[in-house]
Amino acid sequence: MSAVKLENIVKKFGDFTAVHPMSLDLPEGSFVTFLGPSGCGKTTTLRMIAGLLDPTDGGIYVGDRQINDVPIHKRNLGIVFQNYALFPHKTVADNVAFGLKHRNVPKEERERRVREALELVQLPHLANSYPKQLSGGQQQRIALARAIVVEPDVLLLDEPLSALDANLREDMRVELKRIQEQIGITTIFVTHDQSEALAMSDILVVMSNGRVEQVGDPKDIYTNPQSRFVADFLGTSNILEATVAEENGVAGVKTDAVGFVPLSSAQMDKLVGAANSYLVMRAEKIELLAADAPADDRLTFTGKVEAVDYQGQLVRYFVEVNGEKFQVLNMLGTDGAMKEGQTVSVRFKSEDCVAVGEDA
Amino acid sequence: MGWHLIRFSTILVYLFMFLPVAVVVLLSFNANQFGSFPITGFSFRWFIELAENEAIIRAFKTSLLLGFLTAIISTTLGVLASLALVRYKVPGSNFISTLLIAPILVPEVVLAVALLLFLNFLSVHKSFFMLLMGHVIFTLPFVVLVVQARLMGIRRDVEEAAMSLGATPIQTFFQITLPLLAPAVFAGMLFAFTISFDDITGTLFWKPGGVETVPTQIFAMLRNSISPEINALGSVMIFFTVGVPLLGAAIARRIANKQSQ
Repeated sequence: MSAVKLENIVKKFGDFTAVHPMSLDLPEGSFVTFLGPSGCGKTTTLRMIAGLLDPTDGGIYVGDRQINDVPIHKRNLGIVFQNYALFPHKTVADNVAFGLKHRNVPKEERERRVREALELVQLPHLANSYPKQLSGGQQQRIALARAIVVEPDVLLLDEPLSALDANLREDMRVELKRIQEQIGITTIFVTHDQSEALAMSDILVVMSNGRVEQVGDPKDIYTNPQSRFVADFLGTSNILEATVAEENGVAGVKTDAVGFVPLSSAQMDKLVGAANSYLVMRAEKIELLAADAPADDRLTFTGKVEAVDYQGQLVRYFVEVNGEKFQVLNMLGTDGAMKEGQTVSVRFKSEDCVAVGEDA
Repeated sequence: MGWHLIRFSTILVYLFMFLPVAVVVLLSFNANQFGSFPITGFSFRWFIELAENEAIIRAFKTSLLLGFLTAIISTTLGVLASLALVRYKVPGSNFISTLLIAPILVPEVVLAVALLLFLNFLSVHKSFFMLLMGHVIFTLPFVVLVVQARLMGIRRDVEEAAMSLGATPIQTFFQITLPLLAPAVFAGMLFAFTISFDDITGTLFWKPGGVETVPTQIFAMLRNSISPEINALGSVMIFFTVGVPLLGAAIARRIANKQSQ
């Protein structure tokens, strides 16, 4: 178990830069997620840490050991691959024992540790099966057991859940987090699935186009995105072009659709020096009420429901307000959903709005 | 009506293909001293004479040795070539791949003459080693084709997983890649062996004086007379060239089954 440090690592493939200079400090025992759309450089970064790709420049440290030039088989990392990558010609027990054999662990201790690892993933009864006999979820657990049984310094997970079907994925998510917490290993998890990322991470690293967009606590990143990309990528957002303005001595931004919106100084600071400014409203922070609902202290506009997308407990509305289309996610009220074409009262709090700036 | 016609013609095709073979096998047990019908009695006489014919025994040993060495060399080269072409970025890998397969496409006579002229040009004398190299050249494509196909089916991440667990690249090859490749390696070896064992065209051109393989020995014997021994020899050849691949296929299937239970 060790902290991981990336120091200005860069990866270029010919003229194409897959990862721009990137530095990160990942504390010991943390669960770190690299999140981003495909091609954002998250897997490339993981493969550089794993030793499957050489960084073009920069340093990778595990603990205080620089591992750039250490070949993969000497790095002492555990890797779980997207497609499990179990050895098809070996039994489950032999798969799990593989790393221990290469560490010259004596037979008795090896057998004990294999058993413990299989118990940790709750599949001790499958020790003598072959991988092909197992379901996808079972194979992924065995792959996890095989990676952690050697007590690696760092656990690397390359989209380990994406090959599983939806229900299983959520079970495995909980399971993975339980095991990670139980053994307290520094874990780097790569995914393009934001709900996985938000649910599991201690530290979330959002990436796009080979650059880190934002690093931090998942909740902070969700509620206070620092860039337009992050605001757009995480959750459902309404992003309006805005200009910095002041009204009655209060700072804020002015937009075409909802006029002036006052913002806190923390939000306004994010716009300093930005070429373009945007106002971000999360779809679930906007509430639709009947047109004749009594007024409250929220900002209130009149809109027209253009489309209704029923999603069970939640309903997604597309609402037009002053020529701008808004997405709104509301719980289904007791009196049912709003109807298409209905005129509604659109309300939100200015405190729930976030500003993001963008350099030219 | 249509189906009857198809069935009838199919049977005819099979008869045409296998009847001569059956005749050879049948006649090899004929007690008659002329290797032809009518059959006068059942006997192992020709097989015994075959076993006592030193020239044939020598040819048989030569063929076995040649086939065995061809299989080993061809498979080793084929596996290495496939690994390079599939697992590494080799400049011009498409071209190299085509080159390796080319001996299948070139008529054997052309290949045989070309190699012979080439050796003359280099003033290299014909030898068993040159004969062996010739056989390696035209068994290699079969090995490469079979091994390459299988290798493409072995996921790279399985090898990466082994290395991440502490296996060196060489240990990974012997403990992971090669066992997974085994059915193809085995099949390639059998291909190489049977093709080499069967070959006559190239062998006639390349063999040094005094060295005979079973096919060239049969060819030589046919020029003098049609001895019933040839029938017996034919039966033995059939047994080898059909039996060995069948046995091999059965073993390969067992290995493959075990891996994918």
